[in-house]
Amino acid sequence: MLIGLQTFVEVPVRDGIPQPHGETLRQTVDAAVLAERVGLHAITIGEHHRTDYPVPSPEMLLAAIAARTERIKLGSAVTVLSTDDPVRVYERFAMLDGISAGRAEPMLGRGSFTETFALYGFDLADYDQLFEERLQLWSLLKSEEAVTWSGKTRPALDDARIFPHSDTPGGLTTWVGVGGNPQSVVRAAAYGYNLMLAGLGMTPARIAQYVDLFDRALEQYGRPRPLIGLSLTGHLADTDREARDQAWGPYFERMSKLSVERGFHVPTRASFEQSIDHSLNLIGAADTVRERVEELARSTRIDRIDFGMDTGGLPLEVKHRSIELLGTGVAAAVATPADGVLAGS
Amino acid sequence: MNAARTVAIVGAGKLGTTLARMFVATGHRTILAGRSDPAVLGLVVGAVVPGAEAMAVSDAVAASDIAILALPLHRIPELPPVFSSIVTIDATNYWEPTDGALPSFVDPTRSLSESVRDAIGAGHLVKTFNHVGYHDLDLAFEAGTSRDPLAIGVAGDDLRDTRIAAELVADVGFAPVLLPSLAAGRVLEAGHPLFGAPVTAREMIAQTEDAVAVAVTLRN
Repeated sequence: MLIGLQTFVEVPVRDGIPQPHGETLRQTVDAAVLAERVGLHAITIGEHHRTDYPVPSPEMLLAAIAARTERIKLGSAVTVLSTDDPVRVYERFAMLDGISAGRAEPMLGRGSFTETFALYGFDLADYDQLFEERLQLWSLLKSEEAVTWSGKTRPALDDARIFPHSDTPGGLTTWVGVGGNPQSVVRAAAYGYNLMLAGLGMTPARIAQYVDLFDRALEQYGRPRPLIGLSLTGHLADTDREARDQAWGPYFERMSKLSVERGFHVPTRASFEQSIDHSLNLIGAADTVRERVEELARSTRIDRIDFGMDTGGLPLEVKHRSIELLGTGVAAAVATPADGVLAGS
Repeated sequence: MNAARTVAIVGAGKLGTTLARMFVATGHRTILAGRSDPAVLGLVVGAVVPGAEAMAVSDAVAASDIAILALPLHRIPELPPVFSSIVTIDATNYWEPTDGALPSFVDPTRSLSESVRDAIGAGHLVKTFNHVGYHDLDLAFEAGTSRDPLAIGVAGDDLRDTRIAAELVADVGFAPVLLPSLAAGRVLEAGHPLFGAPVTAREMIAQTEDAVAVAVTLRN
């Protein structure tokens, strides 16, 4: 099992005052350097266009991380392909792949926010067509040969060549991020891309079914089995009690804000505790989290788990301790020989 | 459980497949319908809802006693006009960030379900299954029979239709709480206190002026 660190680069708010964006970005680079040092497999960064998540371009931050690391994989989570130009996205990640000697892992998705539609002048009515068409164009770009393509959402390409070539044989290592719609799982299989499932709202039984669905679809499309990952939320501390007490405040802040935007229920301490006990909110001491990871490995046949550890205004040393424990107390214990082969490939 | 029925679920997404799993497990003939490629729908049903069938929307509705709308609200206008004589459960919600502005549905003077009813010409529309998240449905269903099950509101204009929907709610282990009209179903919409709230029937009735609890038949 591979373990990664995932972040939306949430702006810490302390005493009601948000930390400046620049400082937040620089701290993310430091966190990624730490993630590599403690043995985590990947850092993945979300694309957003909001004051609380100030990263419209994950690959810029990943390039800074590339310059200070040697092994850790550099992913987006996700790149909103629907409202970006696949040609430009491919060019930028091919740059990142060169800079990092083959560590770039773009993750393509539709995102759970839709700010980019208004910002870049797209119509939400084209939501599905934009993604489907651009994913198809991406598959041609990934060949890194001359591309001839036409569609409805972008000017046609005639024998176009895209540079630089990536460092990765066969083109950029590509993931598709799926929020839980089973038909999106089938689409990822049709292209043979790695699949990242958003764990929010999923039970292990459902994840196992999605893995089965992915395998059946791969077989139907005649594709080899790529990697399957699961992204979830987590926080680690030296004891279970400490981890829960630390994580409650940031959880409340985030979920309260989302509940206003999306009309669902404001969390309570009891619903928070329930989410830890019954959902994929892995909060606790390293041994507790390791046991949950081992159970997921047994029951779902996934290859990788990315921990979203945006914990708002918690002190930096608390956040770093969480990353350190995830590396030394979980990732090291759940690594398998097969992971070594994958990590080196 | 109540009488075994044939249920057509329109929409094979998160909510649709979650509901379908529960109906299959409780002995209802369950058909998933969607607009996607039949081969894709077949794959989804085979892996995620074994025991269910996959069909086109019109065929599924023609073969069923009850239809459930489990698709994004903005897709409702694409549906074929096949809902005039079948008990139809509206499980949709309005999410402005993904649905966009939908002026033909969002009318401050009435419930969303009344707009849905008019948009598809539904003759027997009932609002239910919309206000509990699919994750909570999954968790509660996997946990099995509870002494104090989660409540699910059921709002309709015709008592016979509402009762049929309420039986389905009870069959899968939840406590139906009846609301006297589609208009009253507004309290189940996003932005209202009951939306997403894990409450028992007693709590839901306490929070709702005109709710009526009905005898609950729990699954075994």
